[in-house]
Amino acid sequence: MNHSAPGMKTSVAAPLAQPLPGVRRPATAWIGIVLLAVALAVLPFVLTGIGTAWVRITNLAILYCFLALGLNIVVGFAGLLDLGYIAFYGVGAYTYALLASPHFGLHLPFWIILPIGALIACLFGVLLGAPTLKLRGDYLAIVTLGFGEIVRIFLNNLSRPFNLTNGAQGITLIDPFRIDGFTFGKPHTIGSLVVSTPVNYYYFLLIVLVAVIVLNLRLQNSRVGRAWEAIREDEIAARAMGINTRNMKLLAFAMGASFGGIAGGMFSAMQQFISPESFVLVESIMVLSMVVLGGMGNVFGVIVGALLLSYVPEVLRYTVGPAQMALFGRTLIDPEVIRMLMFGLALVLMMLFRPAGILPSAVRKREFETARRPGNGQGTP
Amino acid sequence: MTGEVRPVLLDAQGITKRFGGVHALSDVDFQIRRGEIYGLIGPNGAGKTSLFNVLTGIYPADGGRFVFDDRPLIGLKPNEVAEHGVARTFQNIRLFANLSALENVMIGRHVRTRAGVFGAILRDRRTMDEERAIEKDAYELLAFVGVHRRANDLAKHLAYGDQRRLEIARALATEPKLLALDEPAAGMNATETAGLKSLLEQIRARGVTILLIEHDMKLVMSVCDRVLVLDYGKKIAEGPAAEVQRNEKVIAAYLGGGVELAVRRRTSPEVRSAVQ
Repeated sequence: MNHSAPGMKTSVAAPLAQPLPGVRRPATAWIGIVLLAVALAVLPFVLTGIGTAWVRITNLAILYCFLALGLNIVVGFAGLLDLGYIAFYGVGAYTYALLASPHFGLHLPFWIILPIGALIACLFGVLLGAPTLKLRGDYLAIVTLGFGEIVRIFLNNLSRPFNLTNGAQGITLIDPFRIDGFTFGKPHTIGSLVVSTPVNYYYFLLIVLVAVIVLNLRLQNSRVGRAWEAIREDEIAARAMGINTRNMKLLAFAMGASFGGIAGGMFSAMQQFISPESFVLVESIMVLSMVVLGGMGNVFGVIVGALLLSYVPEVLRYTVGPAQMALFGRTLIDPEVIRMLMFGLALVLMMLFRPAGILPSAVRKREFETARRPGNGQGTP
Repeated sequence: MTGEVRPVLLDAQGITKRFGGVHALSDVDFQIRRGEIYGLIGPNGAGKTSLFNVLTGIYPADGGRFVFDDRPLIGLKPNEVAEHGVARTFQNIRLFANLSALENVMIGRHVRTRAGVFGAILRDRRTMDEERAIEKDAYELLAFVGVHRRANDLAKHLAYGDQRRLEIARALATEPKLLALDEPAAGMNATETAGLKSLLEQIRARGVTILLIEHDMKLVMSVCDRVLVLDYGKKIAEGPAAEVQRNEKVIAAYLGGGVELAVRRRTSPEVRSAVQ
């Protein structure tokens, strides 16, 4: 939320000249946007050339972007530390799976299920938010962590007495997205161009991602977004200024959860198989790491964090093994182990050298600057 | 200063607040009239800030009632109290430190504006008009208190006196009928305090009634129409500033009971000004 350069408004009579953020863009920005759009449109075909697996990895990376953006509303905007966020992803995924698979013999179209999934996840968000309204920081983190585990354990055990979730076996043969006979689940040929299944989903995900980014930016730059930031900064002062903190916190939980629910539905359709294993605590931590690493509260930072933490482990997966073979002629350390080791090391280094994240929001960055140099209360005008 | 009797804005009766065995406030009655600057003084720990916190809903009261603008205030949440038209500042400044000065005041407009999630997402005309109005009003308030040149600086980067003024601007943004200021002059030098005094008078000229906690007796005596004195959670005096100043109980509260008048000369300037 930058309101132009400081010192610009000096006269009392001068109206606020700058347009509201995101209203007008110069021509160069449009050229940049067009170039980026073209690059993103061609990307899956380039990746297919390297290996179809990379398109799938990209799709998962976009899903993580959704999750990270959803969690950013709760953690970055409203300042509520949530360690059980993956539960909403699970709720969305299972909603889709139950309504579009042979498990119950239901096969509803995806454009009906995704909103239902968002709504149910939203309900769970309120369910988590309501009892935790008075908690903050570490206390809230513990409760949300417990919530995430409860949801996972329920998913794991709701096979008896009534088989709702099929327990640890998970749900198979989930329907892919279909629009009027066009299925995302099969490759299509346009002329000589083969558009594979993951590429179908890639385009769909990309469109939804753009919508989600716009939504996030608009939310942040609004009366509601400011109220969240006020709660993050000082809850007592926010209440004294007339902000209904209860409603605003519930709203943050509900909005964040709906994002997770939609992402879960898409995950379900893409994988066509889900089980409780996909919704474990480590996943919650991973999404939170994406938000923190990218830059809490900064929409683009969060996206960078999500992409990085999605791709880097995969790149390491494909390089660590061969590198050892080339250097030592044999595999000394299991690639999986060394991959997580390097990943952890990278995270520690990042937090040491860029504690505010890769792309910190202006607000966050300054917060950490003063934290490092105590006594610097004044700053430059 | 006395003259005509204005209608009552805030009627407090029997306000009681206990913290465990400590009686922070016992049975405090007072009335604030419209357009008044009403002082609230007393030694440290007398219960002044507790009274503020009970009034603004941060603490629930253990007894008594507030009638504000003919409506009861007791039992309301802080945000509801703000909605009714009571705004406050804090003794230890509580700005939104990592937001700009302008954003701080814009947040103050929250309670008088309406846009919700859908407005934010769709950015329809009404929302955008409202958003522009919020920004304009906030900027005008910054100019009113004289911090508009720092509109885009983070609140925490403002000079101390400006932070106090910004907090007043943020409170005014909620369009209060009663503005409750908790030691606004604390830490200010004589020039800044003089500026604050004229600001208080300008706020009153806008039709806002002021409830003022202050230790700077010179300021209290020069700006307040009437003063309420608390000691150990009890009301010990109320009335026009000049009368309260001569009250035996007030003198005793500030100096300690049974102290000879000769001691006065050796006490702090603040106390001396209270006594004189």
